[in-house]
Amino acid sequence: MSRLTFENVTVRFGGRRRGLTAVDGVDLTVPDNTVVGLVGESGSGKSTLARAAVGLTPLSGGRILLDGAPVPSHGRRPLQMVFQDPYSSLDPRMTIGGTIAEAIPRRDATGAPARRAEVARLLELVDLPADRAALYPAQLSGGQRQRVALARALAGRPEVIIADEITSALDVSIQGTVLNLVRDLQRRMRLSMLFISHNLAVVRYVSDVIAVMYLGRIVEYGPADDVLSDPQHPYTQELLAAVPGSATAAEDEPTVAEPTDPHHPPAGCRFHPRCPIGPLVHPDRPDRRACRETEPVGDGHRHRAACHFAVPEPVR
Amino acid sequence: MRWGGVLRTPVGASAAALLAAILLLALVAPVLWGDRADAVDTRAILRGPSAEHWMGTDNLGRDIFFRVLVATRMSVVLALLATGIGVATGLLLGTAPLVLGAPVGRLVTAAVNIAVAFPGLLLALFFAVIFGVGRTGALLAIGFAIAPGFARLTHTLVARVAGLDFIAAARLAGVGRGRLIVRHVLPNVGEPLIVNATIAAGGALLAFAGLSFLGLGVQPPAYDWGRLLGDGLGGIYVHPAAALAPGVAVVVAGLAFNLFGEALAKGIGLPTAWGPVPRGPRSGATREGGTSMSPRARASGASAGDPVLAVDGLQVSFPGGVRPVRGVGFTVGRGEAVGIVGESGSGKSLTALAIGQLIEEPGQVRADRLEFLGENLLTRPTPARRRLLGTSLAMVFQDPTTSMNPSQRVGRQLAEVAEVHQGMSRRQALARAVDRLRTVRIPAAGRRARQFPHEFSGGMRQRATIGMGLMGSPALIIADEPTTALDVTVQRQVLRLLAGIRAADQVAILLISHDIAVVGQVCDRVLVMYAGRIVEDLPAAELRTHARHPYTRALLAAVPDMTTDRNQPLAAIPGRPADPARLPEGCAFAPRCPLADELCTRSDPQLVADDHGRRVACWHADAWADRPAPVVVRIGDPR
Repeated sequence: MSRLTFENVTVRFGGRRRGLTAVDGVDLTVPDNTVVGLVGESGSGKSTLARAAVGLTPLSGGRILLDGAPVPSHGRRPLQMVFQDPYSSLDPRMTIGGTIAEAIPRRDATGAPARRAEVARLLELVDLPADRAALYPAQLSGGQRQRVALARALAGRPEVIIADEITSALDVSIQGTVLNLVRDLQRRMRLSMLFISHNLAVVRYVSDVIAVMYLGRIVEYGPADDVLSDPQHPYTQELLAAVPGSATAAEDEPTVAEPTDPHHPPAGCRFHPRCPIGPLVHPDRPDRRACRETEPVGDGHRHRAACHFAVPEPVR
Repeated sequence: MRWGGVLRTPVGASAAALLAAILLLALVAPVLWGDRADAVDTRAILRGPSAEHWMGTDNLGRDIFFRVLVATRMSVVLALLATGIGVATGLLLGTAPLVLGAPVGRLVTAAVNIAVAFPGLLLALFFAVIFGVGRTGALLAIGFAIAPGFARLTHTLVARVAGLDFIAAARLAGVGRGRLIVRHVLPNVGEPLIVNATIAAGGALLAFAGLSFLGLGVQPPAYDWGRLLGDGLGGIYVHPAAALAPGVAVVVAGLAFNLFGEALAKGIGLPTAWGPVPRGPRSGATREGGTSMSPRARASGASAGDPVLAVDGLQVSFPGGVRPVRGVGFTVGRGEAVGIVGESGSGKSLTALAIGQLIEEPGQVRADRLEFLGENLLTRPTPARRRLLGTSLAMVFQDPTTSMNPSQRVGRQLAEVAEVHQGMSRRQALARAVDRLRTVRIPAAGRRARQFPHEFSGGMRQRATIGMGLMGSPALIIADEPTTALDVTVQRQVLRLLAGIRAADQVAILLISHDIAVVGQVCDRVLVMYAGRIVEDLPAAELRTHARHPYTRALLAAVPDMTTDRNQPLAAIPGRPADPARLPEGCAFAPRCPLADELCTRSDPQLVADDHGRRVACWHADAWADRPAPVVVRIGDPR
């Protein structure tokens, strides 16, 4: 069992006055043996949430729990992360074997031969021949490097893997093989995974559950099929419509979608200045005043969707 | 490797030889000539140079030449010790912020910053007073005087490396702070530190000579070069050799250290490069063929009438025989939207730059034909042509943050185009700029025109760049990955804006992208590039049904879209994208191609047009003629 829970997690950067709340009261669950895809535009706080989960960024509030207990910050790390850029996430002065060996916990393999065997096993796991261990990162292609990064993350026998935009720095012809590998490993090793990407098609392909993030908040969360086929939040609908070649791409004029300044998030619903069904588009509708004044809550809909006008849960 | 390269440069080699000679001398001189240097000869006091004493004698009749040779050890050892103290202290202080964490680290950094502000010699004199006059005092003084500068350098380098993801990854793997520094940080900052330590050693040598000369360093009966210089200087008018000999020694040794350091710095190149995959040897990849397109392929796929842009046999080459663009030919009709798709290294961006006349030295552009609106772009540029390009050709680049001048107001930047190329007055030009910003749907254009680029969001800035292109009356907009740096929702706006402009004014668009979905959505025609060539040219609407090149089909299958079957593995293209410096014989895609046979590895297929104007460069293009959907499904090969 490995279930990662974010409870009211807040991350703030900078001082009180000019500071920025990158992640604002996020509740999110990554269930056991499940891939949760996290989508959102740049600046929505996706990567900050990822770094906070593994302890690279301190929390300003809230808790992150693994199976109900705080994530240990010393000794064995059950949470591992794979980074976006395979060119900066591997030490250029260390062989890939050394890089992987370093991440193997001491009690898992003692003695040089045992560690070498473990490195070979991990390399095979990511479809790299074991004899590549002596190479340096510069001798590998981007896709191969990302495999090594994956092997390093697996070395600690993690329960949860956080994958932060792991294919966005790769060439399109390489991206597919890495996605296949990630999916394959997740299923074989029964890992839980938080898969972050701005590419909805990629997220759709790997995820069981999809969470949509906007300006530091989770605005929609639900099973992938539900969220994609029946998006409740207008922002999710906009994201889906923006996918090139998508069937839902409406021909209407999109609202002028200027990202809101995260230093000064708007009151009420954070999406209301951009919302196509919100108070700026329908100034005459009195029910739209709620968008400016109160923050929508996620619960009470078919799946969690923080919108005042999402379809309510059917009454049973 | 790079260290060896340093020794092959003339400066590096001579400095290294000199340095080696000095170190050897320091090692052997006291053993060989120690006795002769200390031999007192009261019969020959303060003599000038003679056959017996080459540099004369001092006030006890000791031979100055041998004393200078023997003093090498003292001088060099003291200089190296002082450098050692300085470097060690500097390393400790410089890595302290990383080891101790932010609050204490800030204090250390502040202290170092204050220490750096003091002149080194002042520090040395200050420490000399504290530690007392003598060898130890001077040693510590010079060591600690070196430390602050070194600490600052270390701190800067460490801070840069510490921000990289591999450090974060190592911390996640449970690597302790000490090991983190020794294994990950120091190896990646080592080279600049070694270079600086070498130069610092030269400085320490001179500083030590200075202190000894002033009587603050080595005390008699011990002696180093500074001491000898001080002793000899009193009689400089009587016999100058006594002062000159140690002086020359100091200069030569100082030069040796500093030159060697400089040679290292130049050879190793500061700062250390953090590039992607290093390019292989840039030679031997030159191949014949591709210098001109086959007549069949020429000017096909074109729309009726005079094309806006006609390119044939376009090549871009760099010194060393690398040709990232190898004979590209296509035309763009009036109001037509053509997309170029390809991976990194396929030459798509260089093709765009070559058309825009933006390839810089040492790159070279050659073509059989390169015409824009009927104007030949291969001849020498004239003012008229510059005006034509300035008003009729617009280019939009990937990164909107770097394509505008950050210190100039947006409206002014747009207006400049009209002032220079259309001779408008300042006021007229500004009015047009505001009008154009409105066209690209910048809200409150009048007010926005007075703002600076940093006050615009990424999407707005990209729209403003497009607006800049619209200041003239463009016939062609070349957009190189215009939406790659933007979010998907903003990407949609920018693509729609381009489509709208095209529909309104019959503007042709050349859209370059790695995303075949984007190109397929926006363009009429798609050119697929691989390894510097067009491998397929077909209408965008037929992309999914009539693609015949295996690369195009694999690309379509490898990229997930919103309809991909989630239970099937994605099709994978084995191997890695072709490296322009090392292209294989024959078809460049052959090493990754499921259809490749002996013919493919032997000779490169030409781009051939079929009856419908579609072009493809593949020996086996007809293999899939009857199969509509891409069916290449294979599990990833190790690469």
